[in-house]
Amino acid sequence: MSERPLISVEGLARRFGEGQPAVFEDLWFGVERGEFVCLIGHSGCGKTTILNVLAGLDQPSDGAVIVDNREIDGPSLDRAVIFQGHALLPWLTVMGNIAFAVSSRWPSWDKARVQEHAKKFIELVGLKGAEAKRPAQLSGGMKQRVGIARALSIQPKMLLMDEPFSALDALTRGMLQDEVLRICADTNQTVFMITHDVDEAILLADKIVLMTNGPGARIAEIVVNTMPRNERHRNDLHRHPQYYAIRNHLVEFLVNRSKAFDKEIAEHGHDPRRPRLVKPGLAAVNPPAEVVPLTTGRRQ
Amino acid sequence: MKASLGFRAGLLSLLIFAAIAGLWQLATQPTAVSGPAMDPEYAKLVGAAAATGQKSAMPTPAEIGATMWKQLQDPFYIRGSNDKGIGIQLAYSLGRVLLGFGLAALVAVPLGFLIGMSPLVYRALDPFIQVLKPVSPLAWMPLALYTIKDSAISSIFVIFICSVWPMLINTAFGVAGVRREWLNVARTLEVGPLRTAFRVILPAAAPTIMTGMRISIGIAWLVIVAAEMLVGGTGIGYFVWNEWNNLSIANIVTAILLIGLVGLLLDQALASLTKLVTYPE
Repeated sequence: MSERPLISVEGLARRFGEGQPAVFEDLWFGVERGEFVCLIGHSGCGKTTILNVLAGLDQPSDGAVIVDNREIDGPSLDRAVIFQGHALLPWLTVMGNIAFAVSSRWPSWDKARVQEHAKKFIELVGLKGAEAKRPAQLSGGMKQRVGIARALSIQPKMLLMDEPFSALDALTRGMLQDEVLRICADTNQTVFMITHDVDEAILLADKIVLMTNGPGARIAEIVVNTMPRNERHRNDLHRHPQYYAIRNHLVEFLVNRSKAFDKEIAEHGHDPRRPRLVKPGLAAVNPPAEVVPLTTGRRQ
Repeated sequence: MKASLGFRAGLLSLLIFAAIAGLWQLATQPTAVSGPAMDPEYAKLVGAAAATGQKSAMPTPAEIGATMWKQLQDPFYIRGSNDKGIGIQLAYSLGRVLLGFGLAALVAVPLGFLIGMSPLVYRALDPFIQVLKPVSPLAWMPLALYTIKDSAISSIFVIFICSVWPMLINTAFGVAGVRREWLNVARTLEVGPLRTAFRVILPAAAPTIMTGMRISIGIAWLVIVAAEMLVGGTGIGYFVWNEWNNLSIANIVTAILLIGLVGLLLDQALASLTKLVTYPE
């Protein structure tokens, strides 16, 4: 087994209670090192459960998650989680919250070293000067920044994010998305993120995993974001030639195909182990081969 | 100009106090001056009230004020085992309460932690707690006296028993109610169970635990008076009972006011401690 991706989800299923229908089943996908993967689906398809399984907070009913060629059996400092509701400890200050994580990672460090390290990450997310504040004194966006700093401060092998920006207003969300994009690019972080926001997925993700509706949710296909990372900017994303093709593909899936995917399987077949990789963005810039006869000739 | 709410409330309080004191004064006014002068030797023997015949044993507010002043001027005197200053008696009671309460905290907080963490222990101990909690702490007194064979320690035991329940229940409740996401944070950071208990669960549950302590100390202060009336010897409860035997209502009223005052201070102390560990969400 040599060519496993960093995170490899293999045949994952989760049932809540014996004999109950699975929330999701037979999920297979991978996240390569340094890749940013988004999972999109309607609520109720078990997105958060998948993330919890990846984090080691929940056990799958079937299947396994292999990280770094080892099956995970619990939470690990290698996999940092950014929670939907930021989950800061309200009795600790910003510094306290991050220092708690840092000293969990490196128990032998003394206080000064822990604080110094924590400070670096507070600055990284732009919260310099707010170290002594408590979470209750921070705005929603600042709280989520602390959550991001906490996750990054333990220098994990990968970041798991559960709709980290869903509780924020549009402006703050945009700013934080930019920052996450910048930080992930700087640190070449491997990220798995759950979202229901199509534009967020296009902006951030290299691959977008599409899930059908639950119960019995499965992976329909994986959309490759063919827009290069350095061409994705929030302000002019919509001007990119590939943008609407990808966006329409995703929206079309969420609106129509996600609930009638069984019919698609019946018509076209579906290998759950190898979900189809689709590149709707390329179709927009390079029209399909069959309508351009010249290229057919050249290929032969 | 309108005075502040605090000022007006204070004024109203004073008025109410004056009205009560005034009514009391009227009700206890000696009706008529006594007739022939009595033999002072006899008057001393039966007490002034009995000797004059008209005046009831109920003192006027002025007399109570005078008694209180006298008591407070020298609260710590000791003139024999049955005549100690009110300050000494209060100190005895306070010592017992704090000792019993402290012991109860030592037992209730760790046990409550266990109950809150483990549904198994919770279910196993629930019947005991449910049956024992509503028992009046004084009902334990004979049992304590028989087994411990020491009245002072028995009263401490009674305080222990009455303060243990609110702390136990509140600790268990607080610990069981720690937000799942905070525990998940600890789990994803691979924090060990002991560190999780002290760094996450304890601070998260601290406000609830402190509220339990505040309830406990209130109950303990209520119970100590009754317990000391039973066991006698020392303490503010014994003082009250002793003064009842002396028919010194003024001293009893003084004691009542002081008991209230100390209870208030205990409650305030715990309230400010609670404030210290409370966190805004």
